[in-house]
Amino acid sequence: MNAAGPGRIVEVNGPIVTVNLPQVTIGEQVRVGELALVGEVIERDGERAVVQIYESTESLAPGQTAIPLGHPLAAELGPGLLGNIFDGLQRPLTKILELSGDRIARGLTVAPLDRARQWHFEPAAGLGAGSTVAAGAVLGTVPETETIIHRILVPPDVSGVLVNLAPAGDYNVEQVIAQVRDGDRVEHPLKLYHRWPVRTARPYGRRDQAGVPLITGQRVLDTFFPLLKGGRAAVPGAFGAGKTMVQQQIARWSNAGIMIYLGCGERGNELVEILETFPQLTDPYTGRLLMERTLLVANTSNMPVVAREASIYMGVTLAEYYRDQGYDVVMVADSISRWAEALREVAGRLEQMPVEEGHPAYLASRLATFYERAGRVQTLAGGYGSVSLIGAVSPPGGDFSEPVTSHTKEIVQTFWALSKELADARHYPAIDWTESYSGYVDTAANWWAENVDRHWSARRAEALSLLLQSDELARIVNLVGPEALSPAQRWVLEGAALLKEGLLQQSALDEVDSFCSPDRQFTLLDLLLDLYHQGRNLIDVGVPVQRLLQLPVLGRARRAKSVYSNGQMVELRAFAAEVRDAFQPLHLEYASTRENSA
Amino acid sequence: MREKDYRLSSAVRGGLLFVRGVPGVALGDRVAVRDHAGRIRNGQVIRTSDEVVLVQVFEGTDGLDLERTWTRFLEQPFEIGLSRELMGRIFNGVGQPRDDRPPLVSGIRRNVNGSPMNPVARTRPREFIQTGISTIDGLYSLVRGQKLPIFSGPGLPHNRLAAQIVRQSRIIGAQARFAVVFAAMGVSYADARFFQEDFERDGVLGNVVMYINLADDPTIERLILPRTALTAAEYLAYDLGMHVMVILTDITNYAEALREVAMARGDVPARKGYPGYLYSDLAEIFERAGRIRNRGGSITMMPVLSMPSDDITHPIPDLTGYITEGQIVLSRELHGQGIYPPVDLLPSLSRVMKDGIGAGETREDHPRVANQIYASYARAIEVRNLASIIGTEDLSETDRQYLEFAKLIEKRLVTQGEDEDRSIVETLTIAWQLLSLLPPDELTRVREADLAKYHRREQSAEVP
Repeated sequence: MNAAGPGRIVEVNGPIVTVNLPQVTIGEQVRVGELALVGEVIERDGERAVVQIYESTESLAPGQTAIPLGHPLAAELGPGLLGNIFDGLQRPLTKILELSGDRIARGLTVAPLDRARQWHFEPAAGLGAGSTVAAGAVLGTVPETETIIHRILVPPDVSGVLVNLAPAGDYNVEQVIAQVRDGDRVEHPLKLYHRWPVRTARPYGRRDQAGVPLITGQRVLDTFFPLLKGGRAAVPGAFGAGKTMVQQQIARWSNAGIMIYLGCGERGNELVEILETFPQLTDPYTGRLLMERTLLVANTSNMPVVAREASIYMGVTLAEYYRDQGYDVVMVADSISRWAEALREVAGRLEQMPVEEGHPAYLASRLATFYERAGRVQTLAGGYGSVSLIGAVSPPGGDFSEPVTSHTKEIVQTFWALSKELADARHYPAIDWTESYSGYVDTAANWWAENVDRHWSARRAEALSLLLQSDELARIVNLVGPEALSPAQRWVLEGAALLKEGLLQQSALDEVDSFCSPDRQFTLLDLLLDLYHQGRNLIDVGVPVQRLLQLPVLGRARRAKSVYSNGQMVELRAFAAEVRDAFQPLHLEYASTRENSA
Repeated sequence: MREKDYRLSSAVRGGLLFVRGVPGVALGDRVAVRDHAGRIRNGQVIRTSDEVVLVQVFEGTDGLDLERTWTRFLEQPFEIGLSRELMGRIFNGVGQPRDDRPPLVSGIRRNVNGSPMNPVARTRPREFIQTGISTIDGLYSLVRGQKLPIFSGPGLPHNRLAAQIVRQSRIIGAQARFAVVFAAMGVSYADARFFQEDFERDGVLGNVVMYINLADDPTIERLILPRTALTAAEYLAYDLGMHVMVILTDITNYAEALREVAMARGDVPARKGYPGYLYSDLAEIFERAGRIRNRGGSITMMPVLSMPSDDITHPIPDLTGYITEGQIVLSRELHGQGIYPPVDLLPSLSRVMKDGIGAGETREDHPRVANQIYASYARAIEVRNLASIIGTEDLSETDRQYLEFAKLIEKRLVTQGEDEDRSIVETLTIAWQLLSLLPPDELTRVREADLAKYHRREQSAEVP
C-alpha cells in the first residue's frame, strides 16, 4: 500500500486530471473530488501526477482532494461472472440499474461479484492440510452454471503449503476457503475469488501450439479462412458491411467453452439486441442456454472514453482467467478502432506528438501487446486452455490502409475483410475472398482431414481458385459483355455463382442455415464443386451452356443450404447423389450424338 | 458577491476566453460574460486549472476586448428549465426564447449533457413508423427509437423530405401522443422559415419545440444546441411519456463548429482537421435516441447531414454511419432527373427494420419484398451500366426487362408528391406491380406463396 496522504487537484482537462500527489505509481488508482471519481495514473512529473478519470469530470474543480488507493485497476475473478453484463470497470450493469436507474450515476462503486450468493464448493480430491499447492493450482470446484464448472484457483502470485482447506459446502465469495503458508511463512487466506491487475497478462506454464480450428458454423469463415482456438483474427469493415452481424454470429455459434462479448465504444442498441436475444438461444453443442457460458462487457459509445480504453484489458483478463481453468475462451471485441480512438483522445489531451492521423506513436505496440494475450497455453494447473481474440476494426471511410487496420494486419493471422461492394449486393456475410486470408489453413487442414474429409484442403483450394477465375472473367464481361466468353468460361461464372449463393452466402436469420456443422459445410462444398465438374465435362462433349443453365437441379443446389438442416445429412447426401444423376441423361444424349457423328 | 465575481480575462481567441487567477472553478460550470455594451453572453468552463480557466462563449467572442469584458463564474452546471409549456415554443441553443415570448417558468432543471444511458435499461427499437414515403416505408423502414440519418448534399431537398416525414409520420393503428423536437444548427433563415411555416400549415406547431441557430448566429452555440434540444426531448419522452421525433439539421455545421473550437484549443487533429474525439462527441448526441424499458415514450432521431462534395467517406457521414442505425442517402443524379424524393436505393440502409415489419406490424411479405426490390434493382443497375458500354441491342430479353424495371422503380416507387402520403399497403402494391414486370423465376428472394398471391403477370397472361 502507498503511504502517501491525500493530494489536491491542480488541473481538469476533459478526462485528464492533474493532481499534486508525490509517490504514486504509474497505473495506481486515484479517487478524486467530492463525487469520488476513480481514475488511474498515466504520467508522473515531479510532484505532479496525471490521472485519467474513468467517468465524466464535469463539476470537478482544482483544489478538490485526490486520494491514492494503492492498487492498479484489477478484475475480481471468481464464480458469478457468467451470464452477467459488466461495464469496462467490471461494475455489474444490472446492479447499477437497481442503484441509479436508467442513467449511470457517477461515483458508484459496486462489487463485481455478488457477495450474498452462496456457491457449492467441492474441494479437489487429494488436497488437504499439509498439501503443497503451486501458484494457479486447482483448489476445488464450484458449479457456476448448469454447463460450466468453475475451478477455484490458487492466485498466480501465491504458492506454499495448505494450512487448511474448507470441506464441501456452501460458501459466499467472501468466506475464506483455504489458508496457504508460503516460503516466507506468511499465511494467505484464500477465498472463492481473487483480484488480478487487468493490464498485466496472467502467467501460464508455457505456450502450446494451437492445433484445432474454432468452429463458428459460418462457412466462409470455417471452410475458407479458418481461425484456430488460441488464434488472433480481425474483422475490418466499413459501416454497413455487416461487421456486427458477423461478430454476433461468432458469439452465438462458436464451439468455445466460454464466450466473452466486448462492446467497446459501439451502439447501445446492439448490446440490447444481444441481451434480449441471447437468453432465448440454445447452445448447439450442449443444448443448454447460451448465456450459461457467455459474459458481456459493455462500454458503449456514449459511456466515458477512458473506461472504454480500460475495457479491452478487463475483457481479456476475464478471458485469461477462464483459460487458466482449462477452457477454450473466445473474446469478440467490437471494436478495436473505438479503443484506439480512446487512446488517441487521451494522447491528444496530453499533447503527445501524433504520428498517423492523430494516433500516438505507441498505438502499434499497444495493439501488439493486447493481441499477444491470445494463445493456447499449458496452464499453471497443468491443463490446457486457450484465448482466441477476434477484433472488429472500423476503418474510417472503409480504407484498410489506415493505421489501426494496417497495424492489426501485422499482428493477426486470420483476416476476415468485409467488403462494402458485397454488402451492397446483399451478399452476407460480406467476407471478401480476395482480401481475406488465414495463416492457419495448413493446421486446420489436418483437423478437417482427420475429422471430416481428407479432400478438404484440395476442395477448398479448388473452390477459391474458381472464385478468383470468375472475378477475372467478370471484369471482361463488364468491358465487352458476356458474349465474348467461351462456353467453358461462362460455366466458370455459373460455377462461382453457385458457390457464392449456395455456400458463401449464409443468412443469420435463416433458422436452418444460421449454423452450419463442419460435416454439412464440406458436403455442400463437395456437392457444388461436383456439380461444376459434371457441367464442365458436358461442355467438353459439346453440350451448350444454355441447356445446363436450364437444369432445375441448379436452383435446388443453391437452396440446399436452407433445405437440409445439420440433422439431415442423410437426406443431403442423397440429394448430392441425385445431382450426379441429373447430368446422366445429357451425358447419354451427347455421347451418342458424338458417336453417331463419328 | 464572491471572490469569483466578475474578472477580466487575459486572452481571447476563436470563441474562447482565457481567465487567469480564479482557482477552484469547476469544469462544465456556467459562466456569464458581460461585454463593453453591458450585454450578457453565455459561456461554459471547458478546462480549468489553478492558473487559468478556459471559457467557451456560445455567443462567440466577436466584439470582446480584454479591458472591458467581465466574466462571472456562476458555480452551477449548464442546465435548462423544462415544463409542458415547451410545446409550440422557439428557443436558441442555450434555451432562451427566440419567439418574443417570456422565458419558460419551471421547477425542473436538467443538465444539458445528460448522463449515459445504462445499456441494460434500453429496449430495442421496434414498432413501424409509417412515414408515407414509399422508399423509406418499403425498403428502409423507420422504427420507434431508431436513429436514421439523411445523408444529403448541398442543394438537395433534404429539408423538404424531413418536413414531409414529420408531417406524415404515424404509427399504424395507434393514436399515440407525439412531439417533434426540431434542432437547426447553422441553417439559413429561409430553411428555418420553411420548417416553421410547414409545421404551422399542418397544424402541428403546437406539438413542436424548435431550437434554432441560424447561419449568421454564433457558431459555438451549435455545440450546445443539440444537447439542449435532446434534454428537452428526453423530458418529453421519459417524463411525459411522449413519442418524440427529433430532427437535427445540419450535423455538418455542428461538426464544423466542433473543429473550429478544437483548433482554437490546440487539440491534435485526426482526419481533415476534425478532432480525434469527433466520433465520441457525435455518439454522445446520437446515442440519446432510443427507448427505455418500462417507459412509455421514445426518441426517434433523424439527423440531416450534407456530405461535403457528396463524399460518403468524409469523416462526418462516415462516423455518423458507424453510430446510427442505417442511413437514407439522397442522390444528386436522381435529383437532376427531377425525381423527388431522390432516395438512392443502393447505399441506403435501415439496420433495425426487421423488428418493425412483417406479419403483425406491416404485412407478412414486407421483409421479402424489400429484399427482392433491392436485389432486382441492384441487378438492374448492373445491366444499365453494361448497356451504357455495349448498347441495349446486345442485351438479352431478361436484361431488357431489368432496364425497364429500373426505370419504373425510379418513376413509380421512388417518385412521389410532396403531399402524397402513401400507406404501407399502397407502397407494397406498387412494389408488386413493378416486380410483376420480371419473370417469377428471377424473383428468388420471395416465397412461392408470395408469388402466387401478389405476382400479377402469370394471371394477366392467363386472362388475355
